[in-house]
Amino acid sequence: MNVLQFIVQNRAQFFDLTGEHLWLVGWSTLLAMVVGIPLGILIAHRPRLSNPVLGSANIVQAIPGLALFGFLLPVPWLGARSDRMAILALTLYALLPIIRNTYTGIRGVDPAALEAGRGMGLTDLQLLFQVELPLAVSVILSGVRIAIVISVGLATIAAAIGAGGLGEFIFRGLAMVDNRVILAGAIPAAILALLADFGVGWLERRLRPR
Amino acid sequence: MQPQIAAPAIEFRDVSYRVGTTQVLAGLNLRVARGETLVLLGRSGSGKTTTLKLVNRLVLPTAGEILVNGASNERTDVIRLRRGIGYVIQEVGLFPHFTVARNIGLVPKIEGWCADRTLSRVEELLQLVGLPAEIASRYPHQLSGGQRQRVGVARALAANPEILLMDEPFGALDPLTRDDLQREFLLLQQRLNKTVVFVTHDLREALRLGSRIALMEAGKLVTVLSPQEFVKSTDPWAAAYVRAFGDGVESAANRGAS
Repeated sequence: MNVLQFIVQNRAQFFDLTGEHLWLVGWSTLLAMVVGIPLGILIAHRPRLSNPVLGSANIVQAIPGLALFGFLLPVPWLGARSDRMAILALTLYALLPIIRNTYTGIRGVDPAALEAGRGMGLTDLQLLFQVELPLAVSVILSGVRIAIVISVGLATIAAAIGAGGLGEFIFRGLAMVDNRVILAGAIPAAILALLADFGVGWLERRLRPR
Repeated sequence: MQPQIAAPAIEFRDVSYRVGTTQVLAGLNLRVARGETLVLLGRSGSGKTTTLKLVNRLVLPTAGEILVNGASNERTDVIRLRRGIGYVIQEVGLFPHFTVARNIGLVPKIEGWCADRTLSRVEELLQLVGLPAEIASRYPHQLSGGQRQRVGVARALAANPEILLMDEPFGALDPLTRDDLQREFLLLQQRLNKTVVFVTHDLREALRLGSRIALMEAGKLVTVLSPQEFVKSTDPWAAAYVRAFGDGVESAANRGAS
């Protein structure tokens, strides 16, 4: 109740921070898809590259969030604006589930369908767009879904480097030792994560091949 | 029948294929005449599937060359080559996210056929392989094994190729369905007169369907015989095959010749 009161009283700032949060998550997920899906396709077709690529993505995933922000701070163009830094860090975290699921999805396509397709004279691109991607799309989307849920949570840390988002409330609440303020950041962030999970999950089911 | 020397549909010239140190195929010389059904018979690992895949360049030879319609298949654009050769495999490999109609109509569609022409071709092919028209809107997982392989054959025939490569197409079917499909294959072949290369390890199937049987063993072509010659052959490998399949194979040879 008190939390709701606080949000209503500070609604202008609340909407700003929610907007910033979505901005960070949206851009980072988009970038991670633009990089991760082609990479996943590549390593599915070049199995020798799969270990180094997935290994690197794993290592990035293992770096603690705050430390990663710290590493990026001295980078010239990035360090100039904290939201750029936050977006890059979130992108790096989102890569692993997207690359891995793209890889798994494409590797899971029935080899007989691929052989028949190749034997029929489909080009590599036709095979990719007509057969592999449509069959892998739901697995790829479930990777995107995991990435978004991770990002929504992780983006709260971005406030520590001044990139904004709902983490502002959390850090302020921690400083003020005021649970109301912490929850005013934490609960909406959790709700965002659930909504994103639900939304992409719906899309995933819609696009699942029969 | 055309004289075989005139223009073989497929010709293997001193073809060898090696993976690492394993000689999968050695010095293969073989001609497939236009309109015949050549069966490649042999046990697992004898090189028959490799031989088949050399024709549509799913496998490239380490030595020698393969001529398709008189021209080396390495000089033809590989996509064009494959679209002119139907390919049917045991696992069928239908696209699970496409309806039967889209599966059959895919190559015509990417070849730029208009929708109407593709549609009537799909209907024609379904009839040809003995499937009801309403199956066109179903998905592969809604079909029985026999229906699936019929769709596989229809798909291979879609763009009307002159050559058909079939890799144990009926091997995974139950005996009754296999018998149906073999009988239909013979009827189809009477009507269409395609050049067919057919891989099997089943002697009965080879005798029934083949106009000639090429027996392979350990990467080498042992002999090429007609079904009638095969059952009487004194060649040790051919005789071993006939013995392994026991009594009654001679009648299979006669049935296939009709």
